[in-house]
Amino acid sequence: MRTILNEYLIDMDTINQFLSIALYVQIALCFFCLYRIIKGPTIPDRMVGIDIFGILVVGICVIIAVLTNRMYLIDIGIAWIILSFIGTLTLAKYLGGRRLNE
Amino acid sequence: MNNIFFIVLMAVGVLFNIFGCIGLMRLPDVYNRLQASTKCVTLGTCSILLSLVFKFGFTEIGVKGLLAIPLLFFASTVAAHALIKGAHTFGVKLGDRCIIDEYEKEKLNKLKNPFN
Repeated sequence: MRTILNEYLIDMDTINQFLSIALYVQIALCFFCLYRIIKGPTIPDRMVGIDIFGILVVGICVIIAVLTNRMYLIDIGIAWIILSFIGTLTLAKYLGGRRLNE
Repeated sequence: MNNIFFIVLMAVGVLFNIFGCIGLMRLPDVYNRLQASTKCVTLGTCSILLSLVFKFGFTEIGVKGLLAIPLLFFASTVAAHALIKGAHTFGVKLGDRCIIDEYEKEKLNKLKNPFN
């Protein structure tokens, strides 16, 4: 039963089609974030857009890694998490009205 | 069976990402937008990372995916907290429909008697 489900019901073509649909959806969501970055009325709105954009890129990295079988992209995703964290903390410190070396 | 779990978890993750980004576009206020989008997008991306374990098992790739989950969880929530505190200090007003601001009262109290 398990092999039947794995081999015939969901084969690699189905997985690849599903992953490409998911990739297009994630890229469309990135455009939502870009809309908020461009149009945001205040400065913190734009920063929220940048923060969410950074998290969405991690999902895109994982999907491309599985789709094209290039597994080093997951490492790039992990590095992207840390870089996005540091960038958002720096911007938040700038928002609080302090200098960057405090 | 593993492929079914993989596809279901990936679909749930993309769905949560969609909801978070709709909240980011349509809500009226900075605080509402950050509250909606951070929670939903973090959970969705964690679900996408968890789906790697079902596809590849406990190999190098699956363990890397599992390792990235707590990293993403704590990093994004701490960043969102710092960001929203900075926004409140920066002076962004609440939306029209909000009626109470407890944090402002707390800050005023702390200014009046700082040793309490």
